[in-house]
Amino acid sequence: MNLPVLKAADFASDQDVRWCPGCGDYSILAQMKKVLPDLGVPREKIVFVSGIGCSSRFPYYMNTYGMHSIHGRAPTFATGLKSTRPDLMVWVITGDGDALSIGGNHFIHCLRRNLDVNIVLFNNRIYGLTKGQYSPTSAEGQITKSTPMGAIDHPLSPLSVALAAEATFVARSIDAHVQHLGKTLKAAAEHKGTSLVEVYQNCNVFNDGAMAYAQERKQRADNVIELEHGKPLIFGADNDKGIRLVGSHLEVVNTADVPADDLLIHDAHDPNPSIQMMLARMRYPEMPEPIGVLRSVSGIPTYNDQINEQVTQAKAARGEGDLAALFRSGDTWEVTA
Amino acid sequence: MTTSTPTTNKKIESVSGITVRLCGDSGDGMQLLGTQLTNTSALAGNDVATFPDFPAEIRAPRGTRAGVSGFQVQFASEEIFTPGDTLDALVVMNPAAMVTNIGDLRKGGILIANEDGFNDKEYKLAKVESNPLEADVIQQDYRLVKVAMTKLTREAVSDFGLSTKIADRCKNFFAMGLVYWLFGRSLDPTLRFIEAKFGKKPDIAAANVAALRAGWAYGETTEEFSESYQVEAAELTPGTYRNIMGNQAIAWGLIAASKLSGKEMFYGTYPITPASDILHELTKFKNFGVRTFQAEDEIAAIGATIGAAFGGTMAVTASSGPGIALKGEAMGLGVMLELPMIVINVQRGGPSTGLPTKTEQSDLLQGMFGRNGEAPMPILAPRSPGDCFEMAVEAWRIATECMVPVMLLSDGYIANGSEPWKIPDMDELPKIQCSHPGEQEGDEPFLPYARNENLARPWAIPGTAGLMHRVGGLEKEDGTGNVSYDPANHQHMCDTRAAKVAKIAERIPEQDVFGETSGDVLVVSWGGTYGACHTAVNRCRQAGHSVSHAHIRYINPLPRNIGELLKSFKTVLVPELNAGQLRMLLRAEYLVDCIGINKIQGKPFAVSELVEAISQHTSTQQQSKAG
Repeated sequence: MNLPVLKAADFASDQDVRWCPGCGDYSILAQMKKVLPDLGVPREKIVFVSGIGCSSRFPYYMNTYGMHSIHGRAPTFATGLKSTRPDLMVWVITGDGDALSIGGNHFIHCLRRNLDVNIVLFNNRIYGLTKGQYSPTSAEGQITKSTPMGAIDHPLSPLSVALAAEATFVARSIDAHVQHLGKTLKAAAEHKGTSLVEVYQNCNVFNDGAMAYAQERKQRADNVIELEHGKPLIFGADNDKGIRLVGSHLEVVNTADVPADDLLIHDAHDPNPSIQMMLARMRYPEMPEPIGVLRSVSGIPTYNDQINEQVTQAKAARGEGDLAALFRSGDTWEVTA
Repeated sequence: MTTSTPTTNKKIESVSGITVRLCGDSGDGMQLLGTQLTNTSALAGNDVATFPDFPAEIRAPRGTRAGVSGFQVQFASEEIFTPGDTLDALVVMNPAAMVTNIGDLRKGGILIANEDGFNDKEYKLAKVESNPLEADVIQQDYRLVKVAMTKLTREAVSDFGLSTKIADRCKNFFAMGLVYWLFGRSLDPTLRFIEAKFGKKPDIAAANVAALRAGWAYGETTEEFSESYQVEAAELTPGTYRNIMGNQAIAWGLIAASKLSGKEMFYGTYPITPASDILHELTKFKNFGVRTFQAEDEIAAIGATIGAAFGGTMAVTASSGPGIALKGEAMGLGVMLELPMIVINVQRGGPSTGLPTKTEQSDLLQGMFGRNGEAPMPILAPRSPGDCFEMAVEAWRIATECMVPVMLLSDGYIANGSEPWKIPDMDELPKIQCSHPGEQEGDEPFLPYARNENLARPWAIPGTAGLMHRVGGLEKEDGTGNVSYDPANHQHMCDTRAAKVAKIAERIPEQDVFGETSGDVLVVSWGGTYGACHTAVNRCRQAGHSVSHAHIRYINPLPRNIGELLKSFKTVLVPELNAGQLRMLLRAEYLVDCIGINKIQGKPFAVSELVEAISQHTSTQQQSKAG
């Protein structure tokens, strides 16, 4: 059978995209449309589930099945869907407020269950759709509509939360770094188990440039370190800086000053998330922030496989359920006319 | 192990029915005792009705009034609808159990007390000054039988080398044996139960058997009892029967609905009293294609349910009032998505955490209106434990026919209560039609919100080529389902969702009436109060009053003849275990000035209090007729 070769345009729905001009969401949408044809999954087998927020309008723009659900709860809808329809490829589209504030609980539980879905978390460190309040990832001291004297909350890192929940796939990318974004989405799609991709996404209306250090091409090389499994951690415009593990912390070194063997080699497959957690905790401006796949551990059973496996096992052990027999199980009695 | 029941040599008196309550500390095994007595009585062919009543705390402080756990059962040779009002016999294991329950024992009733449970320490725990058994009023008003149950149990099990603690745990079986003797019950079903439950611990099994038989022998030999009581089998519709509890019947009804519709089931839930037993029951039946999901919270439970419904599975969630409150937003999404699913509310006393183990009917308006916006949902309410089966099937039928979330309103009283249930023949139950549109080729746009004669939209499921569409909580454009902010469209969609639910009235049965369809007084009830209302109306009718009874099982929409019915009576009485919620709906809908009989005590209606309340209105009318 010859399957039609799909192109990015085939994944565009007939709906007008209504994000603000210049929003980072456009780039993520474009990369998603570009990556999906490479995965060889027919459009009707793909479902995008989202919560509420700017990012969560995403399903309307994809010519696949989709559900725009309620605030923070997208992982729950995905859980019911994937558990009963493991044949579908399910994407969860969410934002920093959606996933980490109102939906923090579901986010953690989806990850720890290792449901085989892909979560893409658009992190713009601000509430966009409600027009400019601070979010759980906003910087301390940030002035917003709801924090005129500065935010006093400590920001939450989705990567740290995911690693603490022992997620099996944890990655980060950047809206403006399109090739890297495409590559990361593809890796997430190919992972069996819950994949989390945090995407630094610029809100050019309410939080413009909050992550310019990572997004702008000129600054990126010095402020971001691209992780690759099995490769040493090197960054900088001239690849002149590296990361070294000293005791229980990481430090930046000049590659010229240390032997190459001293640099930390990235191990995304290490089941122990301790060093991956150290990487997740590297924050600008003290440290470069990691992008790429921090963690990718295979062989962990997925929730959807297990819930269905139990049904298969029960049927094998006890046979298909027989209602007449069930009704007559235990003590019964006859009443005659 | 021998499994024969000895025969009594004492006199046997035949009675039409017995109401007995067994009370002790939470750890005394009273629920087990009650369940066994119920099953045994049902097997003897009696009609039975039960009312377990236990504290919310797993182990409330021992010996205190708060820790008293009780189980009431009525068994009779005629059809009965309630576990009975006043008690013919009361078994108490300690002073706390006695002082909190003695008020319900009828004058002249039998009071059996474990006298070993009555000592200074226990009086202090129960906050009584002296031995309450010795009060004059007790001696005068009741047939008090004091039995040294703890001591006699220890003696009975002394051969098995058990520790005193373990030996004392057998005393509920001693009490059971005595109760079985008193009411002529066969020991056999309980002997089989002991074998099944304790078979792997032979010494415990043997000790329990010994205690049971010792209790029976005590009844036979003690001079306290000169006779035992016999309740003949009831005349029920011919068929095969079993005893069933309400939550169990809901679970079985759901499984039956799943089979009848050819769908596997997904059940997403979060533990909550008194709904959790549905989960416990369903999770045993994975070989029926049942997938149970214990979610991280109530919202995740319904979210997963909606996700499963989107994927084309039979999807169900259940909770009690506090959990239903949390599910409100997602239920509204279910209404917008127009997907079939069942939301079960096993009601308990509210508001807030309220009375978790006590019954109430105070979530009706929550079910009707507990969502933002105009979000109507059909509501069905089973009337008895066995009826939970039929209404669960009916809920799924309506959900799939109309593509709508359906609420099933049960309550703690029927959830934990039990009654004989005539086993249905699956081949005779009508199939539930479920279909999904097939693949579509070409450029013809698929319309996910096109409608059929029921105003239901197609259940198009992911995986079907050509039907890709997006659903969501933003208002839908008619037909296409695209996001629409058009004012006229919003009006049209709100009207259509309401009309879809209202149209269900065309397909559900008309309201039936017990008694005449016009007259002086109509009693209108719903949910678990059925038995008490039916029995009370029957009694009033036998006393010559013009009273009829309509018990509503379809609450939204109401049966199409209700309005006419209400207007055919001079007085409409609405007894409810709430402040008047159905009454408010009836008055609002039909402009009939219904009168409420309302009780919010965490307890069901007693038949006597309903008879009294109804009689007030019938006698008033008779007087006014005379005047």
